[in-house]
Amino acid sequence: MAKNDLIGASLWDEYSNKVTDRMNNPRHQGEIFEEDVKKRGNKLIVADFGAESCGDAVRLYWEVDPKTDIIVDSKFKSFGCGTAIASSDIMTELCVGKTVQEAVKITNIDVEMALRDDPDTPAVPAQKMHCSVMAYDVIKKAAGQYLNVDSESFEEEIIVCECARVSLKTIQEVIRLNDLKTVEEITDYTKAGGFCKSCIKPGGHEEKEYYLVDILADVRREMDEEKMKAAADASAAGEIKFEDMTLVQQIKAVDAVIDENVRQFLIMDGGNMEVIDIKPNDEYIDIYIRYLGACSGCASSSTGTLYAIETTLKEKLSSKIRVLPI
Amino acid sequence: MQVYLDNNATTMVAPEVVEAMNPFFTELYGNPNSLHKFGTATHPALSRAIDQVYTALNASDEDDIIFTSCATESNNWVLQSIYNDYIKNGEKDHIITSEVEHPSILSTCAWLEQQGVKVTYLPVNEEGRVEAHVVKSFITQKTALVSVMWASNETGVINPIKEIGEVCKEAGVLFHSDAVQAVGKIPVDLQDVHVDFVSMSAHKFHGPKGVGALFIKNSQPLSPLLHGGDQMSGRRSGTLNVPYIVGMGKAIEMATQNIEQTMASIRAKRDHLEDELLKLSDTFTVGKREHRTPNTILISVKGVEGEGMLWDLNNAGIGASTGSACASEDLEANSVMLAIGADSELAHTGIRLSLSRYTTDEEVEYVIEHFKKAVERLRAISSSFAKQAPTA
Ligand SMILES: Cc1ncc(COP(=O)(O)O)c(C=O)c1O
Repeated sequence: MAKNDLIGASLWDEYSNKVTDRMNNPRHQGEIFEEDVKKRGNKLIVADFGAESCGDAVRLYWEVDPKTDIIVDSKFKSFGCGTAIASSDIMTELCVGKTVQEAVKITNIDVEMALRDDPDTPAVPAQKMHCSVMAYDVIKKAAGQYLNVDSESFEEEIIVCECARVSLKTIQEVIRLNDLKTVEEITDYTKAGGFCKSCIKPGGHEEKEYYLVDILADVRREMDEEKMKAAADASAAGEIKFEDMTLVQQIKAVDAVIDENVRQFLIMDGGNMEVIDIKPNDEYIDIYIRYLGACSGCASSSTGTLYAIETTLKEKLSSKIRVLPI
Repeated sequence: MQVYLDNNATTMVAPEVVEAMNPFFTELYGNPNSLHKFGTATHPALSRAIDQVYTALNASDEDDIIFTSCATESNNWVLQSIYNDYIKNGEKDHIITSEVEHPSILSTCAWLEQQGVKVTYLPVNEEGRVEAHVVKSFITQKTALVSVMWASNETGVINPIKEIGEVCKEAGVLFHSDAVQAVGKIPVDLQDVHVDFVSMSAHKFHGPKGVGALFIKNSQPLSPLLHGGDQMSGRRSGTLNVPYIVGMGKAIEMATQNIEQTMASIRAKRDHLEDELLKLSDTFTVGKREHRTPNTILISVKGVEGEGMLWDLNNAGIGASTGSACASEDLEANSVMLAIGADSELAHTGIRLSLSRYTTDEEVEYVIEHFKKAVERLRAISSSFAKQAPTA
């Protein structure tokens, strides 16, 4: 959000001329009736998608030649806004002349592209992309009826963001490969969540099975677990660098070095020390310690002893270590 | 022809108001807090504006009416300061409001909930009204405030503010009303009704945008929202917006002077428009006419999606709305339609038409004609009226 978001968008001004034209004069709105289709020896398919209670509903009509599976005529009816009507109109046009099997391959992206005035400018603003998704969903439904299969079977992957048609697998991969930490980054990398925004988190325009926030959390959790597991395995094999250890591993490692090399001398002098915290700090790794017993008042604890502790830890664990008494 | 029927979103500034404001930009531009003549020269006009506002609302001299930047500020001020004074630094823990308030109340209440305040959102009846006995049933010992709008921006439905005021008085609970859609549209008499705080906004009654007010009964305590230079007796800091305050005074005077007559004239046009539109089959309006501000219609047209309808009306030069202007970008179902329990099927079919005293008979006829045309065209496309049933 910045300068360009400070006043309301001119939603309708962002529609392409084709969208405006199709809304004002849809070419294919209307119905195809059973008795007419029968007379021609063809098969009628009528499929519904959406509902008035959701704000969008479309009914698609196909007259299919059963010998060739070719859609010889197509019409639609729509309860919806301008972009819903325009998308339905262009969608029926894209169906005519194709076989049912070909028509199923028409996606919402094709519908939106067909509504563009020039190939590089979106036909509708981001929050209206979901209207073209309906056009795609109703095709699947019609094809499912004609071919007598479940319409979900046309979808080979799980689609999380329908507007941009981004699959669950793609999103998971992108998060892993690029070490993404926020939903905004997912949108930047994949466009998922950049349109109607329903898939970002619950409570949007539509209810979803998968939300980007959950996918991100799940993948991050898996990545963390894998990292921890790798660290544990490596440390068991003694092959891990101090910098790559988890915090707990670091504390254990520091304690082990101190137990072995330092503590006995402190105890001999009636003192002791404990590790308070370990924090990465640019090129250093800061280890905060506290002296106990006799050491806490001792002058050498801030000079000689400290030097000894730091040198030992540096040598055994990492040259980046700095020891800071508090 | 261009017809503006979205006067609940905002209104044209009356030319007389502009004229009244004009001298205070380039001639009488002094700061009213200054000691010199440039400053004091603004005082007569400010006093006049204050008188105009007090008179219009029949406020008593013991009351405070503090100018703010808008009703959103007034609403935030009341809710945030009641929270501060009576909940955070007091014994109370509860605020009552209704489901159909403006976002400036609802979002502030959502924020208060995050601060740990208990908020009750009262349901409305099938007409969209908040009933006094319902308010009463939710008041507890711990209730700090009841906030119920005087009239709804979406339906125009007027709440029984006098009765709710009595309930609050009896229970000893503070009562706030967002009267943004009432002031200038219907009589608002602040001595007749028991109410502690009232919000209003000039741009809804032909005044300028960016100026509003908060009425505070008997100048009772309410910690300030804006801290600063002690203007408005320390209740609301910030250099007085002289031209806008002058404009608000003039606008409220004009809107309330002959309010019965103006109301009758707007009502006649509204009723005619409504009668004609209801001749279309499968339509209904929300709220009894006598319970509504005289300028508002919220009509549902079965089978016609609201935004599609706005599109066709816009093509005909008519500006209308699907609900509150603030909400028209997010395109969700009309929340008031859902709150009154209308079928969810109809929640996307609401169109709000709001007239003003500048709306002409000719404009009304034009809207009737083009509204009907739009409905005809969109119903011809609509799946809701399709005859051939789905094949599976
Ligand atoms: C009922 C109601 N309350 C509050 C407001 C907010 O008013 P303003 O624009 O002055 O902040 C509005 C106007 O949108 C309104 O209709």
